[in-house]
Amino acid sequence: MEENTIYTVEQVKDRIAQEFPTEVKFDTKVKPRRLFMSADKEILFKLCTLLKDQLGFDHCSLVSGVDWTDRFQTVYHISSFSNNITVEIVVDLPHDNPEVDSITPLWGGANWHERETYDMFGIIFKGHPNLKRLLLPEDYTFFPLRKDFEVGGL
Amino acid sequence: MDLSLYPQAMAMSAKEFVDWSRGVMDDLARTTGVKKAVDKIADPFINWGVRNSIYPLHFGIACCALEMAACSSPRYDNERLGMVFRSSPRQTDVLLVNGWVTHKLRPALRRLYEQMPEPKWVIAMGECAISGGPWYDSYNTVQGVDSFIPVDVYIPGCPPRPEAMIDGFLKLHTKIKNSKIGTFMDD
Repeated sequence: MEENTIYTVEQVKDRIAQEFPTEVKFDTKVKPRRLFMSADKEILFKLCTLLKDQLGFDHCSLVSGVDWTDRFQTVYHISSFSNNITVEIVVDLPHDNPEVDSITPLWGGANWHERETYDMFGIIFKGHPNLKRLLLPEDYTFFPLRKDFEVGGL
Repeated sequence: MDLSLYPQAMAMSAKEFVDWSRGVMDDLARTTGVKKAVDKIADPFINWGVRNSIYPLHFGIACCALEMAACSSPRYDNERLGMVFRSSPRQTDVLLVNGWVTHKLRPALRRLYEQMPEPKWVIAMGECAISGGPWYDSYNTVQGVDSFIPVDVYIPGCPPRPEAMIDGFLKLHTKIKNSKIGTFMDD
């Protein structure tokens, strides 16, 4: 990528659709300077590499988790200062084995986001350099933001 | 006064001699009334000095710390009561716990308390420090700071106003005044 190339939302969308025709599904939601999509967990790292290396997305603003009781989701908000676009990627994970590739090797800012998501939901990020509990004491045996965690009575 | 061992004084070991002479001096002070006189003169001065220079630890946890900051502003001016916030626990008398204490903070706070020199007091300020407050039965909040350090004064409120905080410190003044902190020749 050249330094000063600026992509519009349509160009980013076309490029991703051309690279991952079946694995990435775009949401019908339309908002200015936003792009919503859901991706398979196998191609997440490749998709993020494409975004970072070729489309100029240089900032990971959010990694979060959702518990839908039958599956987990991880949500990534990745933004670009040159394009002025934020991309939202939603990845579905099975409830009994929540594992997904870590994107910390690409954006160092994802480090603590992924640790917090592991802390609260127990989602394993493969390839994370230091996947330990961040906010809770290290000897806790539960993940409090899971829906099957009973509040109170500890 | 036990002077029966006086002839053997030269044959004692150093420790025995210190213990014996200390006992003799203590008995001497007690029977002649010197102890009572010294305590009577020294106690009011020491007590006055201690209670008028309460140095709380400058340790803010949560929103009550904002009230603590407002209390040290010119409008409330807690320095007129001798409350000067110090940043090192070695230089403080009062541990002012203002806010929720998570399980991860708990050992650090206990350690701060252990680092403070005697005499020391603890004030629990606000609902969270008293009983957990809005985080009652939470998985990560200690249910009341008095479960692991002894608390002298509770200041209720969510958060308490600076006037309430000053009132709590005046309660601590009363507590110090009624204690025998200046009688250093006590039993």
